[in-house]
Amino acid sequence: METVNTMNYLFAAYAAIWIILAIYIFSIHSREKKLSQELQNLRQLLERQSAGRR
Amino acid sequence: MDQPGPKRFDAVLGGLLFVAMILALYMAFLGAPRERTMGDLQRIFYFHVPAGMMGLAAFAVNFFASLMYLVKKDRKWDSLALSATEIGVVFFTIVLVTGPIWAKPVWFVWWTWSPRLTSSLVLWMLYLAYMLVRSYVPDPDRRAMMSAVFGIVAFVDAPIVWFSIRWWRDQHPSPMIETGGLSPAMRPALYTCAAAFLILMVYLIRRRYFLESARLEAELLERQADLAR
Repeated sequence: METVNTMNYLFAAYAAIWIILAIYIFSIHSREKKLSQELQNLRQLLERQSAGRR
Repeated sequence: MDQPGPKRFDAVLGGLLFVAMILALYMAFLGAPRERTMGDLQRIFYFHVPAGMMGLAAFAVNFFASLMYLVKKDRKWDSLALSATEIGVVFFTIVLVTGPIWAKPVWFVWWTWSPRLTSSLVLWMLYLAYMLVRSYVPDPDRRAMMSAVFGIVAFVDAPIVWFSIRWWRDQHPSPMIETGGLSPAMRPALYTCAAAFLILMVYLIRRRYFLESARLEAELLERQADLAR
């Protein structure tokens, strides 16, 4: 069973693990960035609204 | 991003995760002995099994958080349930991808409808449906309530996944740790990889939880901005 071919399977399995994890961590990171910008915009909007009412 | 949690703890956890993953890779490829029949291919085991164990642990966190939401009606439990589910689905994706890659050269098929494999696929699909259902319910309270009930019901499949290889004849290997089937020389590598995946699970759930908290804050601010108009 131990041929070059089985080493390809081992490589494929570990590559898949790191690719899945990398995609997920990247997706969390991009969602964090987008949300951070959205929160900043909303806080600024609320500040402007409360300043306009004063 | 403004994280409500202490940043120092995250830095320590991130550092610990990095060291644990390096150690896990070292143990899986160099620390563990070469298996007699499968050779180096068996090294898939050291990441495949911990991913499955921690995936089940993440779904158990969802089960606990869903129960807590039904009791306390506090939105933070719903956020924790969702965070744990996402990580559980990621870990089970790893299991369902690495399993067939390992099976093909050993069983000569990519997939077989054995109890362990089928129940694992069903579990993954159930929690995928959990996340899908959430995205179709706009009302936050209704969404949290429905998700909590769904999460509790879906968890029924988790013990079936765990015990399937004990209850039924299965092509999948039978439990090796508790029956002593795993060579003592291989155990340190498995335990190191399991510890690394545990740290990874905590790190990811924590990060996803803060993301969900920030999303809820944005939802609240949006409502305030709409009211002030």
